[in-house]
Amino acid sequence: MFKIVNREKMAQGTIVLNEIDAPRIARKAKPGQFVILQANEKGERIPLTMADVDSEKGTITIIYMIVGKSTRIFGNLQVGESYYAVIGPLGKATHIENRGKVVCVGGGTGIAVLHPITRGLKQAGNEVITILGSRNKDLLILEDKMAKVSDTLHICTDDGSRGHHGFVTDVLKDVLEKEDIGLVVAIGPVPMMKFVSMITRDKGIETLVSLNPIMVDGTGMCGGCRVSVGGETKFACVDGPEFDGHAVDYDELSKRLTAYQEDEKISMDACQAV
Amino acid sequence: MVEKKGKKEQAPRAKMPEQAPDVRNKNFLEVPLGLTPDMAKMEAERCLQCKKPACVEGCPVSVDIPGFIARIAQGDFDGAAVKLWERNALPAVCGRVCPQEIQCEGNCILGKKGDSVAIGYLERFAADHARENGTADLPVVAEKTGKKVAVIGSGPSGLTVAGDLIVKGHDVTIFEAFHQSGGVLVYGIPEFRLPKSIVASEVETLVTLGVNIETNSVVGATVTIDELFEEGYDAVYVGVGAGLPRFMNLPGENLIGVFSANEYLTRTNLMKAYRFPEYDTPVPRGRNVVVLGAGNVAMDAARTAMRLGAESVKVVYRRSRAEMPARAEELHHAEEEGIEFILLTNPVQFFGNDNGRLTGMECLKMELGEPDDSGRRRPIAVEGSEYTIPCDLVVVSVGAQPNPLLTNATPDISLNRWGNIVADTATGKTTKKGVWAGGDIVTGMATVILAMGAGRESADSIHDYLTLGW
Ligand SMILES: Cc1cc2nc3c(=O)[nH]c(=O)nc-3n(C[C@H](O)[C@H](O)[C@H](O)COP(=O)(O)OP(=O)(O)OC[C@H]3O[C@@H](n4cnc5c(N)ncnc54)[C@H](O)[C@@H]3O)c2cc1C
Ligand SMILES: Cc1cc2nc3c(=O)[nH]c(=O)nc-3n(C[C@H](O)[C@H](O)[C@H](O)COP(=O)(O)OP(=O)(O)OC[C@H]3O[C@@H](n4cnc5c(N)ncnc54)[C@H](O)[C@@H]3O)c2cc1C
Ligand code: SF4
Ligand code: FES
Repeated sequence: MFKIVNREKMAQGTIVLNEIDAPRIARKAKPGQFVILQANEKGERIPLTMADVDSEKGTITIIYMIVGKSTRIFGNLQVGESYYAVIGPLGKATHIENRGKVVCVGGGTGIAVLHPITRGLKQAGNEVITILGSRNKDLLILEDKMAKVSDTLHICTDDGSRGHHGFVTDVLKDVLEKEDIGLVVAIGPVPMMKFVSMITRDKGIETLVSLNPIMVDGTGMCGGCRVSVGGETKFACVDGPEFDGHAVDYDELSKRLTAYQEDEKISMDACQAV
Repeated sequence: MVEKKGKKEQAPRAKMPEQAPDVRNKNFLEVPLGLTPDMAKMEAERCLQCKKPACVEGCPVSVDIPGFIARIAQGDFDGAAVKLWERNALPAVCGRVCPQEIQCEGNCILGKKGDSVAIGYLERFAADHARENGTADLPVVAEKTGKKVAVIGSGPSGLTVAGDLIVKGHDVTIFEAFHQSGGVLVYGIPEFRLPKSIVASEVETLVTLGVNIETNSVVGATVTIDELFEEGYDAVYVGVGAGLPRFMNLPGENLIGVFSANEYLTRTNLMKAYRFPEYDTPVPRGRNVVVLGAGNVAMDAARTAMRLGAESVKVVYRRSRAEMPARAEELHHAEEEGIEFILLTNPVQFFGNDNGRLTGMECLKMELGEPDDSGRRRPIAVEGSEYTIPCDLVVVSVGAQPNPLLTNATPDISLNRWGNIVADTATGKTTKKGVWAGGDIVTGMATVILAMGAGRESADSIHDYLTLGW
């Protein structure tokens, strides 16, 4: 169970793709949903969004950035090896409908999460304008796949090594000036989602973001994933992970993501020492 | 013989050997060490073997208490375990976690004048002896019926149903959301109160008997009940517990450092964060810890915090000592280990620093007014009594609710207004054909033995259904 059937390195090895055998999950998964994985019995439970699903083959695909001990252990698993546990599909699926013209904004590994949603929006008949951002051209992922499901594709890099020199928000402002947009979907680092939401709020354009708080069970039983949305506490694992971008308290989310900074460093140091 | 014993001066109740408080509050090893065979025999001799045993009436599953105690007295320890198993599938667990003082022991005739028989210690002794020596025989599995039963949730109620039905010859598969089986017994109740090896051994026995366990299966998400029927299951038992934590909706509740007991205990027990960094999952090691609530969950959280190195642990409760719902032994152990009880006090808000980390909790003093619906005197706030307790970790243990994940995906199962599944009290039947439910998902958070009792009744009813019809 949960055997890795395909593995790819992306973005110079900083991001890894695993296609995993998980027939029950593959049969049910919808765009926007995630799984929780454990590499081994001693491992942490790590939430990752399904970037792709093949229900006939019975596999799911995850794409993750190596940021700490657990994702590093994941990244070292080879084809033929198995995850100890994969649980899902969790969270609410994205509500996909025809909104006319939509903008999909993705940053970092958020692009992997954005891809199935973008594809869904395209299939539902939307005209899709996509804006992708990364630090430099080598860290950009899934450009070809995103191009296939978008009518227009804009690339931004912080250092100007590809496309627009600057942030996705610059291009977004431009697009919103010229086009009549029904929906914006923004998935990426918390500051990116925050600034996209600030821009769209001024213009009154509905905006969907996908939140990534620290989770344990992913089924609503711990409350570790709580986020404030419109002044109310929500459990991101069951009430989300997608929320109205205009109502999210991003600063609280950013702070809560630092809860285990010191422990994460201890873990990473111990794991690098080996 | 028996009459003579009754008139004789009563021997004192056995004293459970325990780790010393200032040693055990720094480790996660079990606190009570268990009776020796001699101690157990002596304790068993104290039992009067009453004709109409009141203890049995106090036991929710009517264990033949004088019967198993008589066997211990005769030195037939395995016989005692077999006697226990007739009514109780998990005696090693129940001997440790049942609130004996309000059940069997609370009814024991000896307790009227002196100390009741230590029924819980004896139950634990017999079960441990059988497990550790592997001497007592496993039950005989009946001829296969060809019927398939799905049990959702591997807590005490699900395990009971699985054990009963496999023995009756049905094929049983347990679907468990987590990667390990046992429910609250593995994720909630800490190692120092219930060693996980005991739960693992009970689960292992079920597997030996032929029960199939599919962990990592969140029914409602991974698969639905209707899909289980399509896959060929003939009956479904829902024992998913009361897994949703309750928060208090106070300002500052999302500061880093405010946890639900579920999260705090799951990280520590199931994910073994007390062994971080050997295990990868961290848990905050608070210096000054406040636990809100006064049930078993609160005591477990408080005693865990102490073991994780806290300088101070305060249990803050809005009522008085007499209303604290935890087992007597837990309160006693907690106090011995240095936990302070701050009674008649209620939290108002939490304070934090610029980094979003908890620094303190404002409270209000309370006084007791008129009795409320539950018969307990209602706590009323004393105006102007606000004060702040500095703390860096708060564990909220004020109760749990049913998790709607499964029931939302199964709209044809009726719920009551709190979201608990409506099930027939005698049979466990729900409003959906072929589906039974029991344990905390029906009653709200109760006890291990009540969850097991409900499981047994449902198992009987499921067996009737599979052999006779709905
Ligand atoms: C619903 C959801 C979907 C996600 N999807 C993806 C995805 O598709 N691709 C991807 O690269 N990342 C995704 N993430 C983020 C991913 O879970 C974290 O990067 C991962 O947990 C880091 O673990 P680590 O041990 O390697 O790093 P650590 O050293 O533990 O931490 C590095 C960073 O990850 C965050 N983090 C740590 N533990 C958790 C946890 N249990 N849950 C969430 N965040 C945590 C910390 O705040 C920290 O900033 C998702 C998160 C959520 C909640
Ligand atoms: C910390 C703590 C301490 C306690 N101490 C005591 C005590 O000392 N004495 C006592 O008698 N009682 C105690 N209790 C209460 C007792 O543990 C519960 O009443 C009892 O465990 C309920 O059993 P159950 O089988 O109904 O559910 P649970 O034990 O809650 O088990 C339910 C199981 O179902 C699984 N599940 C949930 N949803 C799904 C799903 N959708 N699909 C698949 N699986 C699912 C869960 O992961 C879990 O494993 C305590 C409870 C807690 C939390
Ligand atoms: S009530 Fe007490 S003395 Fe009588 S049978 Fe039960 S345990 Fe023994
Ligand atoms: S991760 Fe535990 S409630 Fe969401």
